Amino acid sequence: MTGRDDERVRPVRITPCPDGPLLVRGPVEVVGADGVPVPARRRTVALCRCGGTAAPPWCDGTHKVNGFRTADPEPEVQAGRPGATVER
Amino acid sequence: MTVQLSPAHVAGPQSSMPLPTPRGPVGEALLRLLTGAVTDPAALHDAVAATLAAPAGSWLEHDDVQVALTCMYELHYRGLDGVDDDWEWQPDVLAARAALERVVESELRERVTVAVPQETSAAAVAAALFALASSDDGPSMSRWIARRAQREHLAELLVHRSVYQLKEADPHTWAVPRLGGAPKVALVEIQSDEYGAGDPERQHAALFAQAMRGLGLDDTYGRYVDHVPAITLAHPNVMSMFGLHRRLRGAIAGHLAAFEMTSSVPNRLYGNGMRRVGLGADVTEYFDEHVEADAVHEQIAGRDLAGRLVEQDPTLGADVVWGAAACLALDGWWAGHVLGCWEADASSLRLALT
Ligand code: FES
Ligand SMILES: [Fe+2]
Ligand SMILES: [Fe+2]
Repeated sequence: MTGRDDERVRPVRITPCPDGPLLVRGPVEVVGADGVPVPARRRTVALCRCGGTAAPPWCDGTHKVNGFRTADPEPEVQAGRPGATVER
Repeated sequence: MTVQLSPAHVAGPQSSMPLPTPRGPVGEALLRLLTGAVTDPAALHDAVAATLAAPAGSWLEHDDVQVALTCMYELHYRGLDGVDDDWEWQPDVLAARAALERVVESELRERVTVAVPQETSAAAVAAALFALASSDDGPSMSRWIARRAQREHLAELLVHRSVYQLKEADPHTWAVPRLGGAPKVALVEIQSDEYGAGDPERQHAALFAQAMRGLGLDDTYGRYVDHVPAITLAHPNVMSMFGLHRRLRGAIAGHLAAFEMTSSVPNRLYGNGMRRVGLGADVTEYFDEHVEADAVHEQIAGRDLAGRLVEQDPTLGADVVWGAAACLALDGWWAGHVLGCWEADASSLRLALT
């Protein structure tokens, strides 16, 4: 069993990631403007929606450095620096 | 169909780790016990007690302690050359390991402190982890590699990384049976990719071995443990500690999230540095693969693994964030050492590459 069976009954699931890509789970084929399928090398893929990727149509993490913001309802990140204190 | 495997492929996946050279009394006593040179564990206990009683600057940078831990943890992975597998659960070795782990963990708890997340929805946890990863101000290994690295720096980089990357993903896999529901599914979804998604040649550890061979390095599992300083061994050791303790399942989940969140952009820079010095696709494939793979993994790890785990059990929130912060800190301390050496035109390794 590979789990592929449930894909037949389950629809493709697309998750918009806040300030990031569209995560696509399911048996999709992505086709370029020229009609040629873009080979996907993994079952779950991330489609760029910031426009900044160097590996279209896939997300390559560029959205984290180009200031891309989505309008998704954003959870409140705690006030102040979210971070950790690290002694260097 | 018969598949012709190159000797490197055959040797890689099954082989146990060559015995490292001990760097002090703890490692010496441990290896004498494991190889049967002595049968009385008293010397190991004495060495551990004496070492822990003496003041040490940092246990994470303590060569003897980190080499000993590397050997102890390796018993749970592929084993050590010539060492009986029964040692994995031998009480004296486990007691010695526990004593070393206590000082390592308390140092890490002291040096890396985090705010306990108040909002425990998956989305809030993911957002907090992304913010933590992007606010990391550790030294940038990847920018240095992209702009300045020569072949010898790249070889050193791969030597350091080989300690973990030849068993890439394994420490986090310990967490699978300790999780349930959505976080478990998320972890397995990530690990499936790490393990090649059904194709042994696409395993990230196999792609890493291929990159090593492309740079003329020996991809034998554990081949370069003797070459690297304690601070390089410390990070994989901490991953093993997080992975092997159910109590630390929050930390291993957070660790993976931070690891994935600081991967796609740096790996693009690594690949660029390698192309700049004329290295080919055999070497860059590992890094290029991680640009796309980890852009997916960071989303799954942030929300579905770490986020849903905290949603299930808010008491794990502090450790999830702490595990993530520990990942960033360990990477930063390691990069500080390596870049410090390179800036001074020195090697970052303990032994020369032959
Ligand atoms: S959404 Fe990630 S690079 Fe565009
Ligand atoms: Fe990977
Ligand atoms: Fe990954």
